[in-house]
Amino acid sequence: MTVEWSGPALGNAIEKDVVLDVKDLKIYYDTPLGDVKAVDGVSFQIYQGEIVGLVGESGCGKTTTAMGILRLVQPPGRIVCGQVNLDGTDVTQLDDRDLRDFRWRMMALIPQGAMNSLNPVLHIKDQIRDAIITHEGIQPRAALRERIIGLLSMVGLPSRVYNMYPHELSGGMKQRVCIAMAIALNPPLIIADEPTSALDVVVQRVVAQNLLDIKERLGVSVIIIGHDMGLMAQLVDRLAVMYAGHMVELAAVESVFKDPLHPYTQLLIESIPSIKERKPLKLTEGLTHDLRNPPPGCIFQERCPHVMDICRDMRPVLKEYKTKQMAACHLYE
Amino acid sequence: MTGTLLEIRKATKIYGGGFLSTGPITVALQDFDLTIESSPATITTIAGESGSGKSTLANLVLGFTTLTSGQILFNGVDTTTFDRQQSLVYRRQVQAIFQDPYAVYNPFYRVKHVFDMIINNFKMSSSKEESRALIEDALNVVGMRGEEVLEKYPHQLSGGQRQRMMVARAFLLKPSLIVADEPVSMVDASLRAMILDIMQRLRDEHGISFLYITHDLSTAYQVGDEIYMLYQGAVAEKGHTLDVIEEPKHPYVQLLIDSIPVPDPSVRWGSNTVLTIDDEEMRVNADSGCRFYPRCQHRMDNCLTNRPLMLSVGKGGHEASCFLYSDSNEQ
Repeated sequence: MTVEWSGPALGNAIEKDVVLDVKDLKIYYDTPLGDVKAVDGVSFQIYQGEIVGLVGESGCGKTTTAMGILRLVQPPGRIVCGQVNLDGTDVTQLDDRDLRDFRWRMMALIPQGAMNSLNPVLHIKDQIRDAIITHEGIQPRAALRERIIGLLSMVGLPSRVYNMYPHELSGGMKQRVCIAMAIALNPPLIIADEPTSALDVVVQRVVAQNLLDIKERLGVSVIIIGHDMGLMAQLVDRLAVMYAGHMVELAAVESVFKDPLHPYTQLLIESIPSIKERKPLKLTEGLTHDLRNPPPGCIFQERCPHVMDICRDMRPVLKEYKTKQMAACHLYE
Repeated sequence: MTGTLLEIRKATKIYGGGFLSTGPITVALQDFDLTIESSPATITTIAGESGSGKSTLANLVLGFTTLTSGQILFNGVDTTTFDRQQSLVYRRQVQAIFQDPYAVYNPFYRVKHVFDMIINNFKMSSSKEESRALIEDALNVVGMRGEEVLEKYPHQLSGGQRQRMMVARAFLLKPSLIVADEPVSMVDASLRAMILDIMQRLRDEHGISFLYITHDLSTAYQVGDEIYMLYQGAVAEKGHTLDVIEEPKHPYVQLLIDSIPVPDPSVRWGSNTVLTIDDEEMRVNADSGCRFYPRCQHRMDNCLTNRPLMLSVGKGGHEASCFLYSDSNEQ
């Protein structure tokens, strides 16, 4: 879907084509004591060829948002309402058959702990071949072989990996096999859930650079979920910050780090430990409210240092307050 | 009292290779030396990637596994020669904080149970009021209040609260050493600072030393005093944290520090560094020579045949185990 660009320029997206358009997505988990509002009305757009980071503390709904986009929410979770438009198709309206075809071809997932998602009894070649054949039908063996080796080399793996089993590979190599599988069908959108969280820093850097390289070469859009702000600073173009099921800030990564708007983002940035200077650590206190019944008004009011009267009654909406920088906060009204 | 609190001499731990075993042996820790003075209290960091032997070290100090060879001395006494009374003192003096604040609680008991258990075990008080006061005292140190948390069940607390309770539990016994095995790796960024701050306060105000085991160099940089960088079971570099992290000497430590993502979008990763692929086959333990040889960019012939010893590379006991800094080797 190519949308006429009318809004403000966001991020350093060179292409202004919207690949993914999420509107008012709500995902609730059913519990005996009422619905847990894991994702409560999230709207955002992803442009072609950009990497967007999705950050927030554990339980803030980042993984659930990604699962909602892929329609992989498992019961007791359910998508309550909202639209997920990917390249002109509303994912939430697809029937099962179309959805099966749509996934992987249009959007691929690199799951959390991806290295454990490989089938231990299949060769790497068979796992990648399965994905291709399922979506594109039977193809000549030689051509497939060449294509799979091409995919492996794109993530910097030697061709001998083609004939290996997952247990013969190190964690970083398995992770890169998963990236190779995700790009096998050249989807316009890849969602990576904590792609490097189980890896050592040196290997993490290799994998992260692979992802950057693939974005450059294929022009694919990537959503990266994580909480390592250092990695995000190195990797993403725009950063989306979530808190308690809401998106509180969405901006170009430079602006988030230089001048965060939302008090929660400020807190998040201040609490990053640095290896360049020793500074007193910023302490934060406070519990997130019960996600089953959020307070009226702003969801961050209980922990916010700048809380005002209006925050108790009216929920702020995500608005652009500076160029390329959107936040949901009454402070900037 | 002055002297050494904990001294580890030539500690070696080898897994596998038992009487009937045919599998390969793993040298988890080799000839490791460490000294923690009893005063002033310090935070000693053990850092390294997974498989570098840092958790093995924690398990050894806590007595979960035994050494293959070498010695661990506590206040000058070998831990293996402890009698019953000395063991009890050791168990009280050395406390632990673990990685996962979710797994350490029994979900069927109220959180009070973890405190009651140690008070009973060490017969620390004779009345309910007295034990309550002790618990309250420990909780105050970590910034919590008894009535808010003690009667709750673990699932009603956040991860940060649970981890602080664990610190309070360790503090309750007034130990002289706390072994903190990745205490902040599962806590959210905003709460990480709080745990680290508590560690610093316990060190400065209560004289408790820490053995801080982590893979996260940025947190070590914020709070640590001495640092030992492990690579495949051997010390690659040690010294004062600021010296080691600001001016790393060992090629592995240089690579590691260069790879830490900087939380500043305007400073991009150096891309000119050639990265050696971290292959499974490169993890094979070298019987002789430097363990970093397969991945090192500065390798020399000498590195393959001889194992480098710790060589002084700077002030304040800054040492690295690398032939690059050996005088006799400069040609």
